Amino acid sequence: MLAVVGTVPVEDFPLTSGKVSLNDDLISIQGNKASVNRGTPALLAAAIKVCEAMGQSLPVGYLVGDIGLGDGSRRLYEYLSETLGNCDFSSIAFHYLQPDVDWHNRVLFAVEEMAKRPVLTADAGFMYAAKMSGQASAYDLFTPDVGELAFLADEEAPHPFYTRGFILHEEMRVPELIVRAYEHKNAANCLLVKGQPDYVANQKGIEATIDLPVEEAMEAIGGTGDTVTGIVSALIEAGIDVKESSIIAARVNRLAGHYARPIPATQVMDIVEQIPAALAQVLDEKAIMSGQRHV
Amino acid sequence: MKFFKGKGSKDSSKAKDLDRGILVFENTSEVIRAETVLKEQGWKIRVMGPPPEIRTGCDLIIEFPLIEELNILRTLEAAGAEPLQVVPVNSPLLRPVDIFQTKDYGRYFMVRAANMKLTIDKDTLTVVNISGGGCPDVPYLAQEMVGKHLADAPAPEEIGHTLCGYALQLAYEEMRRQC
Repeated sequence: MLAVVGTVPVEDFPLTSGKVSLNDDLISIQGNKASVNRGTPALLAAAIKVCEAMGQSLPVGYLVGDIGLGDGSRRLYEYLSETLGNCDFSSIAFHYLQPDVDWHNRVLFAVEEMAKRPVLTADAGFMYAAKMSGQASAYDLFTPDVGELAFLADEEAPHPFYTRGFILHEEMRVPELIVRAYEHKNAANCLLVKGQPDYVANQKGIEATIDLPVEEAMEAIGGTGDTVTGIVSALIEAGIDVKESSIIAARVNRLAGHYARPIPATQVMDIVEQIPAALAQVLDEKAIMSGQRHV
Repeated sequence: MKFFKGKGSKDSSKAKDLDRGILVFENTSEVIRAETVLKEQGWKIRVMGPPPEIRTGCDLIIEFPLIEELNILRTLEAAGAEPLQVVPVNSPLLRPVDIFQTKDYGRYFMVRAANMKLTIDKDTLTVVNISGGGCPDVPYLAQEMVGKHLADAPAPEEIGHTLCGYALQLAYEEMRRQC
């Protein structure tokens, strides 16, 4: 079963865990509803679309309200550190949480106590904490955008806000940034770098480049990175290996964006709605052209 | 299977202070004033000696949770106890990003600072999207700003709390400068 850990931008949203469903543009968990706008609800909405399309059980969410004060995040970190060790998840996606190295480490200790190691994906604030903790290699997948990749590549930066200028200037040279992130042990075993193009990479180098279809407006649309992470998390849960899941997810997200005919003012739910059709298309293509890496 | 390097490892020890920042003040009485304000509000801070790289301010600094820089600066500003300088503990010579990327989509215009992107409709100056970032105030800031005129939307420095909020503030200022 897939677990998704993150926050909702509503101050009084309670700390809740349970199966998450999607109704129109709202996710629902234990009777609590949140808008699919961006952030973890967008990740969950995308994951649910894939789970439904592939006949999988719906993801379990661990959610709490946090508007950036970190109070909700810390309560969720504490809850996870006390309970995860006794849970049985095959994969976990960690997402929008206030980055906190100490709490991150406690959660990772709890994961280590699980009877079977789940596949670990990290994005957003939890990925920042994972990098800062020096424990990036404990993760199977990070899903940074190009700005976040520059942060991973900068061994000194404690947050993307402090990424050094000479590294930010390298942004057009994503392959070099990937090498640098691995050299300093600040990358997970696999990286899905969201940009134009998307890259799937590991310690050996770039394994796949996904560059079609191109929709320039996608970069401006909040939540489109979250949907990629949701799609890949659900594909991993379906039993597809991390690298292949990343390649498929990047392509599905692009195609879903293409189907939505986006402009920079498009909202992410319009893209989420297109995920089932895009997934069907990509899986059909793969059935026909198995083995091809440049998609 | 043990995949976590553990508390005693070299890397873990090096990473110990990576999420902490330093507030530098002009003199000791300002340090004490800021310490009082921050402790009253429940922040986890400590007063200590400055690292050798810090060449300004007095011989005491305040260490604080770096991610929450924007919120802490707002608190200190309200109390009239602004620091001279704010830097990360692990590398005090680091400075905030000052590189902005822009993209012109015709009717829409996007400014990016670090990991944060702000997009407006050039005709109406309405904020149409906010993307990027990883701290929990990003979805909140988007919720509060998208759909509003740039002049009417709350500035990220007013309602944001984290370094992602701070990066969005820089993008917001650059957007206002350009539009």
